[in-house]
Amino acid sequence: MIEIRWHGRGGQGVVTVGDILARAVILEGRYAQHFPEFGPERSGAPVKAFTRIADEPIEIHSGVYNPDIVVVIDPGMSRDFKLYSEGLKEDGMLFLNLGDNISGVDKSTLPLRVKVYGLNAKKISVEEAGRPIFNIPMLGGLVKVLRMPSLDIIEEVLSKRFSGELVEANIRILRRAYNEVKLID
Amino acid sequence: MSELKQVRKIALTGDEAVAYAAKQADVDVIAAYPITPQTIIVERLSKYVADGELNAAFIQAESEHSAISICLGAALAGARTFTSTASQGLALMHEVLHIASSMRAPIVMAIANRALNSPLNIHCDHSDIMNARDTGWVHLFANNVQQAYDLTIMAFKIAEDPELLLPVSVNLDGFILTHSVEPLEVLSDEDVQSYIPHIPYPYRIDFDRPLAYGVMALPDTYMEFRRQLYEVIIKAPKVFRKASESFSKISGRLYNLIAPYFLEDAEIIVLALGSTVETLRYVARKFRGRNVKIGVVGLTMYRPFPEKEIADTLANAKCVAVMDRAYSYGGVGGPLYTDILSTLYKNGIRTMIADFIYGLGGRDFKLTDAEELFSKLVKSVEVGRFDQDIYWWGVRE
Repeated sequence: MIEIRWHGRGGQGVVTVGDILARAVILEGRYAQHFPEFGPERSGAPVKAFTRIADEPIEIHSGVYNPDIVVVIDPGMSRDFKLYSEGLKEDGMLFLNLGDNISGVDKSTLPLRVKVYGLNAKKISVEEAGRPIFNIPMLGGLVKVLRMPSLDIIEEVLSKRFSGELVEANIRILRRAYNEVKLID
Repeated sequence: MSELKQVRKIALTGDEAVAYAAKQADVDVIAAYPITPQTIIVERLSKYVADGELNAAFIQAESEHSAISICLGAALAGARTFTSTASQGLALMHEVLHIASSMRAPIVMAIANRALNSPLNIHCDHSDIMNARDTGWVHLFANNVQQAYDLTIMAFKIAEDPELLLPVSVNLDGFILTHSVEPLEVLSDEDVQSYIPHIPYPYRIDFDRPLAYGVMALPDTYMEFRRQLYEVIIKAPKVFRKASESFSKISGRLYNLIAPYFLEDAEIIVLALGSTVETLRYVARKFRGRNVKIGVVGLTMYRPFPEKEIADTLANAKCVAVMDRAYSYGGVGGPLYTDILSTLYKNGIRTMIADFIYGLGGRDFKLTDAEELFSKLVKSVEVGRFDQDIYWWGVRE
């Protein structure tokens, strides 16, 4: 089982992105579970969400405290990654939205075996959609490293979720992020 | 991840699954008032109706009291009737809940279990349903999204069974199940409709054959009316089994009144309602790996209480732990605990037992909470007794 914890701010699609991932995983034929941790539902407030992926039915109905993967969607929160990677497994993965500062991560505070991946979500989304979208780029980066579910399946879920130009824009963002995600040394 | 085995399931949240089940049940009337965390259920249903996918009257009432009153009238007129609520909404329905069962209105209601005020809280516990426990409804509990879907469909079969004609509630944990995306298998519309064909309600309001409904009964007759309610609700287990058997033929999934796990040789048995049953089962499997003889029992039917099944299950237990996500303030303990305690006494079973109050207002029941609980049970068995009868598990003191 892979346990993922998402961090971001209300309005950035933190809950939506894990929901899309879980639906794509299930559509592809594996088991997944996704649920948000509902705090105050305000734009800008920190939001957490959880996604589990497994080959067998998932019985656990509680939060994720020792994730295999942490994805930080918000660029400001990505700078404070130490705070949001709490409980991350020693051989876990951390995905950060790093803006232009793609190599400037001080990993010294993290366990040695944690792998850090970075993206410039703002650049990708502004260029592809004309406005900053942070969640779908992070999904693109994550599935590149996870090697599942397939981009085609995610696109199928995106086209059910969104309509019109937003579908195409999100697909472009997804694919670019998939190709541009970087392992930070 | 391993090689892909195709499981062919669809992804829905608990709320979406319940709405889909009600749509497939081809309900005639939906009357509701929105309240978190059930709102998505009626939102989806109103969309199905607006999009022409479901031919039903969708009535947005001005309160839950009105919503359930509309359902009562609709059900007595012979309509297949559905509503959904939670927490304060269920509390506001309360007086009509008693009326609906006593007037034998086969309403199906999904309850997205949520804490009661005060303080204001929108998260899961079972205070709402426990407050409605003794209203003469059949109460069912889902452990996951698949069960929320299945039990909603089965609820119509049970409620409308001519032997029963009682309202049925399907309980699903607020947020934990209502807002969780999970994989599930859904039935075809044809299968659902052949499973629950529309059968005429035998006492429906008919202007050509006028009848009096909800009459006054004075001391010389009232008790006989209530006795009839007593006599009918005890038929619910039999009706449930019948509904379950025919459901298993179309779904491959068979439900029993209780769901026992790892009970063959269990010395310690933990009982619970709702999604926690699966979390406990997950942790129990780990403890089984360490040769701890622990078993878990989930109650699919909570009212009427499956007394015989519980007594049979606990007959040889060394230690019983009851998980209560609600409390009876000033009472003997939590509601499930007092039921189990009575069952043990009535059936001559003497064993150590304790009540664990947990998860109020959505406090997460973590894997570590379950592990600590099980360790506590193992230690208590070693010393032969609990050091308390009621534990508030996970509360900060």
